Amino acid sequence: MTMAAMSELDVNKEPPVSPAPVEEPVDTTRKPDARSPHRPVSGQLTELLDETVGNVHCDDPFMTARDVNVYYGDNHAIRNVNLEIGKKEVIALIGPSGCGKSTFLRCLNRMNDSIDTARVTGDIRLDGMDIYSKELDPVALRARVGMVFQKANPFPKSIYDNVAYGPRIHGLAADRAELDNIVHTSLERAGLLQEVKDRLDEPGTGLSGGQQQRLCIARTIAVNPEVILMDEPCSALDPIATARIEDLMDELSEDYAIVIVTHSMQQAARVSKRVAYFHLGLLVEVDETDRIFTNPQHKLTEDYITGRIG
Amino acid sequence: MKDANSTRMKVEAGLQRRRRKERVFQLIGLLATAVGIVFLGVFFFSLIKQGASAFEQTHVRLDVEMSSEALAPDGELDLIYADFDGVIRSALRNLFPDVTGRGDRRELNQLVSIAAGYQVRDMLVEDPDLLGGKATIWVPTSANVDMLVKGKIDPGIDEAMRPVSNQQIRWVDQLETEGRIETRFNTALFTNGDSREPELAGIKGALMGSVYMLLVTVALAFPIGVAAAIYLEEFAPKNRWADLIEVNINNLAAVPSIVFGLLGLAVFINWMGLPRSAPLVGGLVLSLLTLPVIIIASRAAIQAVPPSIRQAAFGLGASRMQVVFHHIMPLALPGMLTGTIIGMSRALGESAPLLMIGMVAFIVDVPGGFTDPATALPVQVFLWADSPERAFAERTSAAIIVLLGFLLLMNLTAVIIRKRMERKW
Repeated sequence: MTMAAMSELDVNKEPPVSPAPVEEPVDTTRKPDARSPHRPVSGQLTELLDETVGNVHCDDPFMTARDVNVYYGDNHAIRNVNLEIGKKEVIALIGPSGCGKSTFLRCLNRMNDSIDTARVTGDIRLDGMDIYSKELDPVALRARVGMVFQKANPFPKSIYDNVAYGPRIHGLAADRAELDNIVHTSLERAGLLQEVKDRLDEPGTGLSGGQQQRLCIARTIAVNPEVILMDEPCSALDPIATARIEDLMDELSEDYAIVIVTHSMQQAARVSKRVAYFHLGLLVEVDETDRIFTNPQHKLTEDYITGRIG
Repeated sequence: MKDANSTRMKVEAGLQRRRRKERVFQLIGLLATAVGIVFLGVFFFSLIKQGASAFEQTHVRLDVEMSSEALAPDGELDLIYADFDGVIRSALRNLFPDVTGRGDRRELNQLVSIAAGYQVRDMLVEDPDLLGGKATIWVPTSANVDMLVKGKIDPGIDEAMRPVSNQQIRWVDQLETEGRIETRFNTALFTNGDSREPELAGIKGALMGSVYMLLVTVALAFPIGVAAAIYLEEFAPKNRWADLIEVNINNLAAVPSIVFGLLGLAVFINWMGLPRSAPLVGGLVLSLLTLPVIIIASRAAIQAVPPSIRQAAFGLGASRMQVVFHHIMPLALPGMLTGTIIGMSRALGESAPLLMIGMVAFIVDVPGGFTDPATALPVQVFLWADSPERAFAERTSAAIIVLLGFLLLMNLTAVIIRKRMERKW
């Protein structure tokens, strides 16, 4: 039985004096219920604060975001987000729809640049380099920070050309043999080579949904980025394909920093080392995955992960 | 349970009405399609019925004597002053020896086209050995005889009401019984320019004029239109200026075509001093006319490219140029081509702007380049439709058939190119 249901039961046990205004607070998500026996000992935070609780820092930060604000026109989509992303770690961004987690993700490789009304302030650094500085070409940034999208979006080209596209435009391969090698390695690392090695010249769009998404991952790692951003990569896939991609993320995290946006608590729990919970554009809580799921500091986090909001 | 039942009853009560509405709508759609098809059928039927006979021309067989006294008095063939027509005339006289009077002879000579003399000349130029000998040749009859043989002139009506006299009809009948009359494929229609004589008039001049014009148009309008569309969609900042440009382009697509002709007259001919009646100027005017269509269609095609492809390319670190030329262009090209072909089809059928730049002239020579005076196919249709001679009526329809054929060919090419380029995603 959930906490909210329990406290509501408590309230209901007391017979109301009058049928009209209920004086006892029923909205338990907003105010602490002093009588609840499940109240955390440390005192759980319930107010929506500008400060992030938990620990935004990590041991070996590779990307750091400081005081990041994003505006879509007049809409303040992200407010004062501070976050560090470690080398070779998987960090999951969770939160209800419209909370800004995808927006934040897209800030990390400047994909928001393509939206005319989007404006990003604050400081985001990749290995100490300001990625929003005027001198930096987003092309160079995106070669280092790759992205996998929610919907598998292979190019309407052959499987080979899909994977080879990144290396080609960046001139990563000196000759055909090297390119072949990159394509094969990338497909192999994405766990797709066995399935497609005999039909590399067939269109990538002819693969199944899960295969297409792995093709997109292969295409991303073919450029050999340092960070991979994943925007709900499994939301359109069945559980089997999801499991394969999650295994893949495990393997990839040995070499890359991975930032994944997900709506699945189980997925966040399975793949990530740290979890960041966003709510209404605020980064509410960041912590080790175990701690977030066992002992969230913030009431909103707990409500979300227990399925009460979102 | 009761509630569920009442919902079911309400739904079922409305069901019939819904079905009836659907049936009525289907019927209306079917009717509309049928009306369209019927009109198209009537149009094609009347066109082909009218125009089919223009692809044939009546010929008469003559035994000509290439007498050297008439053609080459001093032993050398004189291509300018030699009496080629005389050879034809005497061949006719030999067929009808009893025709003597001056007026009767003139009527007799009118049976054969003036092209016959040129035919004799061409034969002699090709083979000078024929001089002094005899030859049996098929020469085109005059347009009036052609009409008579094709049954387009009723011999039953009063003599004064028709362009052929009673005795001409008699002669033609006699020739027919002798097997000297035959209808053959009308090559002149495809090899000649315009002419005052219907049997000599051809559409090659107008066809070439249209071809040159469309070459100029496609060479200008397609690249400029696509470039403008790409710039506006992919690179231009989205601000008030962009909106203003968009509104103006949309308005330009609706400007009456004759206005573009006025513009062409003022700018290209009067100000820039380009030649009048030239396919170059026509092409320039028509590219102005088709540009808005191409830009609008190309922009729509670019917008139809799924944003996921764009994102994927950007996400891999492709530059804007690379995104446009590697991904957006190949996917949008079929749509761009569709727009182009719609624009080109409109350009091909356009005559109003050409009136303003002097492409409505009577031009006999087939244009050999972009600056030669020329007309265009729709203008030729207009000119012939305006001509009083009976034989031009069927040639008008024939010119329309050729125009439609040209259009069909153009569309077909575009469809084939588009099919080749089409890719699925």
